Order: sequence, then C-alpha cells, then structure tokens
Amino acid sequence: MTDGLAAYIVRRLLFVPITLLIVSLATFYITRWGPGDPVSVYSGQFRDEEAFDRVRHQYGLDKPIIQQYGIWLRDVVTDGDFGVSFRYRDRDIPEVIGPRIWVSARLGLYAFIITFLVGIPTGIYAAVRQGTWLDPVIIGFFLLFQSIPVVVAVPMLVMLFAVWLDWVPPGGFDGLVSRSMLIPTLALSVPGIAGVARLARTATLSTLHDDFVRTARAKGLDEATVVFRHVARNSVVPLMTTVVGLSLVGLIEGALFTETLLGIPGIGSFIYEAVRSQDYNVVLAVVLLITVAFMVANLVVDVALIALDPRVRDSGSVR
Amino acid sequence: MVLAAAYSQVSEAAVRTDSPMGRALRRLLRKRVAVACLAVILTFYTVGALAAWIAPYGYAEQNLDASFEGPSLHHPFGTDRNGRDTLSRTIFATRTTLVVTLATVATGSILLPLTLGMLAGYRRGPIDSVIMRVGEILASLPGLPMLVLISVALRPRFAGSATQEGWVEKFEDWIGWHGLTSSGFADYFIIFFVLSLFGWVGGARLIRTQVLTMRGSEHVLAAEACGAGTLRILFRHLLPNVMPLVIVGASASLGAIATSEIGLTFLGVGIQPPHPSFGALITDGASRTVLENHPQLLLVPAAVVATQIFAFNLLGDAVNDVLTPRAR
Repeated sequence: MTDGLAAYIVRRLLFVPITLLIVSLATFYITRWGPGDPVSVYSGQFRDEEAFDRVRHQYGLDKPIIQQYGIWLRDVVTDGDFGVSFRYRDRDIPEVIGPRIWVSARLGLYAFIITFLVGIPTGIYAAVRQGTWLDPVIIGFFLLFQSIPVVVAVPMLVMLFAVWLDWVPPGGFDGLVSRSMLIPTLALSVPGIAGVARLARTATLSTLHDDFVRTARAKGLDEATVVFRHVARNSVVPLMTTVVGLSLVGLIEGALFTETLLGIPGIGSFIYEAVRSQDYNVVLAVVLLITVAFMVANLVVDVALIALDPRVRDSGSVR
Repeated sequence: MVLAAAYSQVSEAAVRTDSPMGRALRRLLRKRVAVACLAVILTFYTVGALAAWIAPYGYAEQNLDASFEGPSLHHPFGTDRNGRDTLSRTIFATRTTLVVTLATVATGSILLPLTLGMLAGYRRGPIDSVIMRVGEILASLPGLPMLVLISVALRPRFAGSATQEGWVEKFEDWIGWHGLTSSGFADYFIIFFVLSLFGWVGGARLIRTQVLTMRGSEHVLAAEACGAGTLRILFRHLLPNVMPLVIVGASASLGAIATSEIGLTFLGVGIQPPHPSFGALITDGASRTVLENHPQLLLVPAAVVATQIFAFNLLGDAVNDVLTPRAR
C-alpha cells in the first residue's frame, strides 16, 4: 500500500514540470496578447514611436511571441533568470517580489493562527452541543461572516474600527506588530472560521460515539477531559493537514483584495498592479510561484487524505 | 382480474411519482431554513428581473443638484456623488447578480461539468485523459489572478477599444441590431466566460467518478446488451444518477459566483460603469468621504450582498444535506 502511495506521489511530481510548462506558455501568451505593451504604458505622455521601437528591440519585444517564449524559457532553465521588471526599472524579479512575499506570508500566518484558534474549539463545542439550538446557531453565525465577500468586509471594518471607533488608521502599513494590522488580520481570518469549525464539528461527531470515548466516560473522566484529550486529539489533529492546504487558496485571493484596499505592500496588491500595468515578467513569475504553491498544497492535501482515510486509500481510485 | 390489473397500474404510477428527486424536494421543503433561503433568493431574483419596472429611477440617471443627499421620501437610501438614487442602483445591481449567477451556473456548473464529466467517465481512454489533464492544469492555476489576467486581455478584443472594433460590435453589425453594447452584454459575457472556464473542473471530476462506477453496473450493462446507443445510455441510464451531484454542485456554486463577480468588478475588470453592480456600489462606498459622511452608501449594498450570499450558501448546504445522505 505504501508502495502505491509512493508511486502516486512520484507520478504527481512528474506532472509538475509539465503543468508549469503549459501554464507558463499560456500566461506568456495571454499577457502579450493584450493591447499595448509595457513600453507604451511606462512612457506616459512621451510619444516617440522610433524610441519605442528601439526599447522594444532592446528587450526583444519585437520578436514573435513564440520566439520570445523560447528565449524566456532558456534563461529560466539555464540561469534561473526570470527576466527584469519593466515597472521597477530593470531590477531583478526575486529582488522585487521577495520583500512583498515576506509581508504577505507573515500577515497570512497571523490570519491562519486566528482561524484555527477560533475555528477548532468552536467546531468541537458545536459537535458536543449537537441536537440543541446552540449547534446550528453557532455554525450559522460564522457562516454569515463567511458569506460576506472580502471586498465588502474590508470597507465595513474600516468604517467600524477607523471611522466610528477611531482605534486604528484607515489603511496603510506600519510594520507587522502595529494596530494597522487589526483590519487585514480580521478580514483574512474571519471568513475561514466557518470552514474550519464545520470540518472540526464533523470530525468530532464521527469520533464522539466511538468505543474508546465511551470507555473514557466510563472511567469517570469529566466531560472536558473526554472531549479535549480523547475526542479532539483523534478527530481534529488529522484534519489539520487537509485544511491548511485548502485555506491557502482562500488566503491568496483574500490577500489580493485586502492588500489592494488597505494599501499594504504585499504580494496580493503587487500582482494586481503588475497585471494592470502589463509588467509581463513579474506577472509570469508570480503566477508560476503561486501555481507551484497550489500544486504542492494540493499534493499534500491529497496525500494526507489517502494516508489518513483507509476508505480512500483502499478504494483504488487513486490515479 | 381487470380491476386488479388496473389497481397495480395505478400503484405503479404512484411509485413512479415518488421519484428520488421528488422525495429530495419534499425533504428540502420540510427544512425551514431552506424554505426561508428559497424565499429570499426568489424575492431577489424577482426584484432583479423586474428591475426596469420596480426601480424608481434609472441606474445612470444623474441629478447633480441632489448629490450626496441623505435618506428621504424621494430617495429612501439617499443618493451618491452624482445624485444617482441608491435604492435604484441597488435594484439594478441585483439584476446584474441575477444574470451573472444564472448564466454561469447554467454553463459552468451544469452544462460543462455534465458534458465533460460524462464523456470522460463513459468513453475513458484518450478523451478522458485530455479532459482530466486540462482540468488538473486549470485547477492548479491561481484562480483570481488568472481571472483578472484573462479579463484584461480579453476585454479590448471583445468589447472593442478606442482604436479597434470589438467582436461584439462586429456581431452587432452582423445581426443588424445595435443594443448589445449599451446593454452591457460584453461585461456580462466576459465575467460568465472566465468564471465558467475555471468553474467546471470540480463538478466534472465528481461526475466522472460517478459515471465510472455506474458504467459497470447491471442496468447499464443490460442496456448495452440490448444494443442501446451511447447517447441513449448517457441520457436515459447515466444522467438520472449524476443529477443529484449536478444539483448539489450548482447550488453550492451560486454564492461563489456572486462573490467573484463583485471581486472582478471591484478590481475594474468586471461590469463597467455606468452599469450597476454590487462591486461598483461597494467601490464607490469605500472612499474615505463616503465612509465618514454617508455610511448608508456602503451599508445598504453591503447588507443586501451579505443577505443574498448567505441565502445562497445556506441553500447550498441544505440541498447538499438532502441529496447526499452521508453528509447528514
């Protein structure tokens, strides 16, 4: 069985470079297919077709797209060189996106911790209270927050905390340990709570009536010990791996809106600006980076599911 | 004898109306939450469909003398910077949600997953491989950035730009009717196209798996032995068995579709002004002056959006409960 799992992982990993090749070609084509090009975007009012052509020639933008792709691919594979950013005046891509990823990653980590710290106990509590009015009301409460799009939630949080209560600045960014982090952290963490809580609830319910739990109760342990020692450890911990992978997707999308709305210099607002200003190489590099992150997260989730669930593991549906 | 035969026919008919779908629908209608959600969604959809008759003002009707008015009898929710009635704009934004959700659900959550999933599962072989590999690639792409990217690239070709005639305009010339551009058709189409393009993968995978398990079952084998053609087997024998999956998927996707439209419009690649959308209303309502002085311009659309998507999500849950016994 572990043999099959190893083969499965290898097969999935072999598929990674093929996917990246197709994704990069598609993205390369789409970005360059749009009207205009970075040269005309960044020159602003200045209009001199002859100079434009010279710059285009310098960057190889006058060649056919497929030939440009060949050159780009060769540079990436041989030197790990993703080209230069047009917007940031010829600076290298890792140099431009590195600090931004670091900001987003830490912000995402804050949000992650809060989502789980609130979500897991909430889910366990709802499961223990199954059959009473508390269970659906608690889950419904967080489901309501999940239903508010981030784009809608952020201005409302600004209105509440910055305008009415005047606790925090209405936007901007002054360090990750500051009051300005309140709104982005809430906006990124609260929508995810419902999902984590529901999974924790389902997992808890499935173990709540197991034999070993009955034994624990029969031993005379108090309810809190039974729930946290015996039920939670066996239901929620395996679940973590799965949810961590799934949350990554929501986090990246949430970051795009939150960072754009609040002016936080992270990767989310950055990719939006890069797309809008047709900074080809940057867009391509970030898309590939996120694709790799997604694929790794998906692989971890699938492997965790197979390894943890004997039904999936033995059903032979692994392809 | 005759009576007994007639009797058995009647009872057979009674059994037939008691189809799995009928039973599921009755179970759904017994849930109070589900009925409430259905009522809310139907209300919004009716308001959206009748927007042109219900709304007291047009969505683009400006009155610069009445800019940023507070709530009054003429304007129950006040007016925006350009003196446009907030209530009317909210009603027309509901119409946008209606068009986008219905069109995208029909294509991205029903038609595409059904066709591709059944084809992959029943035909297997190279068709299956191609469909599933394409799906895998789409699923591993970062969704939102790709949506923005494709919309940015597609819009000028599709809707036209200052220097170039777009596909819509060419199509208008061809059919000889020039109402499409002004109706905002191009915006709706781009949103629905990109959302469908990425939306079919999950559903198609589930349907494929279901078809894979079904194709070896006795009733399908019997039909094949009787010489039934591929189409007959797909529609008569496999389709009824994958319908629950399709319905669960479609109802679960409503909220996500509505959210995506708002997000894309907010990022400037969705519905273009002056056409109304909740994304546009929220963007207008999120500016500093509005937040401080005219909170209703944000709160009204925000409350409507939250209610709508909450109802979509709760309904999706209820449908899932009813049609997937294991989830209960």
